[in-house]
Amino acid sequence: MTLKLGVPSKGRLMEKTFQWFAARGITLARSGSDREYAGVVDGIDNVSLVLLSAGEIPRELAAGRIHLGVTGTDLVHEKLALWEQSVKRVEELGFGHADLILAVPKAWIDVDTLHDLDAAAAAFRRAHGFRMRIATKYHRLVREFLRAAGVADYALVDSQGATEGTVANETAEAVADITSTGETLRANHLKLLGDGLILRSQATLWQSRTASMDKAERASLQELLRRLG
Amino acid sequence: MVTRAETNAKATALRAVFEREGAQVVEPPMLQPAGTLLDLYGEDIRARAYVTSDALRGEQVLRPDFTVPVVQMHMAEGAEPARYTYAGEVFRRQERHADRPNEYVQVGYEVFERADPAASDAEVFALIAQALGDLPVRAVTGDIGVLMAVVDGLQTSQLRKDALMRHIWRPRRFRALLDQFAGRTPVPPSRRALLAGEITCDAPLVGLRSHREIEARIAALKADADVAPIKTRDVDMIEALLDIAAPMPGALGRLHDLSVDLPAIIPAVARVSTRMDALSARGIDVSSLMFEASYGRTSMEYYDGFVFGFKARDHVDMPPLATGGRYDALTRRLGKGTEIPAVGGVMRPGLILELESRA
Repeated sequence: MTLKLGVPSKGRLMEKTFQWFAARGITLARSGSDREYAGVVDGIDNVSLVLLSAGEIPRELAAGRIHLGVTGTDLVHEKLALWEQSVKRVEELGFGHADLILAVPKAWIDVDTLHDLDAAAAAFRRAHGFRMRIATKYHRLVREFLRAAGVADYALVDSQGATEGTVANETAEAVADITSTGETLRANHLKLLGDGLILRSQATLWQSRTASMDKAERASLQELLRRLG
Repeated sequence: MVTRAETNAKATALRAVFEREGAQVVEPPMLQPAGTLLDLYGEDIRARAYVTSDALRGEQVLRPDFTVPVVQMHMAEGAEPARYTYAGEVFRRQERHADRPNEYVQVGYEVFERADPAASDAEVFALIAQALGDLPVRAVTGDIGVLMAVVDGLQTSQLRKDALMRHIWRPRRFRALLDQFAGRTPVPPSRRALLAGEITCDAPLVGLRSHREIEARIAALKADADVAPIKTRDVDMIEALLDIAAPMPGALGRLHDLSVDLPAIIPAVARVSTRMDALSARGIDVSSLMFEASYGRTSMEYYDGFVFGFKARDHVDMPPLATGGRYDALTRRLGKGTEIPAVGGVMRPGLILELESRA
């Protein structure tokens, strides 16, 4: 069988990944029309391209259905509990940089640290009768981060998009989201907490620790890693 | 390997012990509405319980314990005094320890009684100790109420006491706050600038938290800046208290010593003393029973007085075979204006059988 390489199926992440492999003499491309999610690999034998949503690549790696995959550190850490046991980091690809951060309204001049956030959350709960809401799609990462920091009296509310807008819409008081430049935060009158960096993320090539390999696949992996290194 | 049938048989036998004491058997549903638990525990419950949902009832939790539904039931319709027992599965989400079970059987006993709290504490502890029989276990006791009394007796502002009290169950955060209030951590430049009135903001305020709330917190921070640091002597006393780990008579001696300098803890220490006598009257050998002042602080439970646990003596990897404690404050929170002193404990028949087979 062939070695399976999972790559994000669209957008800049896909293009940048294709460029990164091309710079190492391996051509990845979508076959047929732009709408068809099938891929071709040139420049190395016995490797097949699997085009997937970036968010599904961690799961596929952990299940061993693909041998290698490109996706963000944030998604691997969020989606895989004990991720070190199911995947191994091969290479950081140097693009797709994004930080998962915690942000509050800029006008909260009394809140600069997690410590402040905790105190403000306690007062907020007393005043409003419910916990301070933090909108995010990174539930596990945010919860673990806040627990380690000893922040209480908050609740996470799910937001799968336009997260920075939830504060103005009054469906959340704070947000935890990915930012690369901070532009969206500023435009929505939010600021990053001084110690609110939860995770630095970038596009990364991962190897599955669970995918089984026959002799041919193992040889292909060695050859691929040699070419990439 | 202990089978499910063996565990269930053991559970029934253990429950019968409590039934013979006159406890009423209760069977709360496995699916609990998520609202109450989320309100009590916040997000931590999602890390530790399975939350599921349907379109009609919204979020439901697979019960992570029996205590909360039993307290709710009692506060809604229970007669006084009351004793309840139950046996059934609880579900705990595991994200860090793949080897720990995510469902297991608990057998529990809960006492709601006003007359004599020390006697109720001793009753629960002694019945569980008896049910464990000759198993090679070691019991540890503690009392969260003593630490609470120390915090309450500190010579500092109510605001600082409230902040410490709020984080009693988060030892690291508690420690950080204590250091801050004792003037041991430097004031961050951003805070100094805020207090000096040097921070302004021209960004529009978005969201529910109002200008008034922001102003109120700044006013509170300014007032707090004028509060004298908590004395080193008092911080040392809290440390001395948390360090206490000794058989009950010795531990009580040290608690009495501490109460000379800290009269606020005298009633709490007296409760420990009365409980020791009540345990003794129940036939417990208190001269070898451990008392650890910090016991029960890291679990996310609702205990605010007596706490206890039974651990396998020779298997440190094994979770406690039985745990319990007093949770008066929980009845207050779930009681909608009423409250009743309550104490209870749970046993894990599966672990008991496993220990029997290992012994």
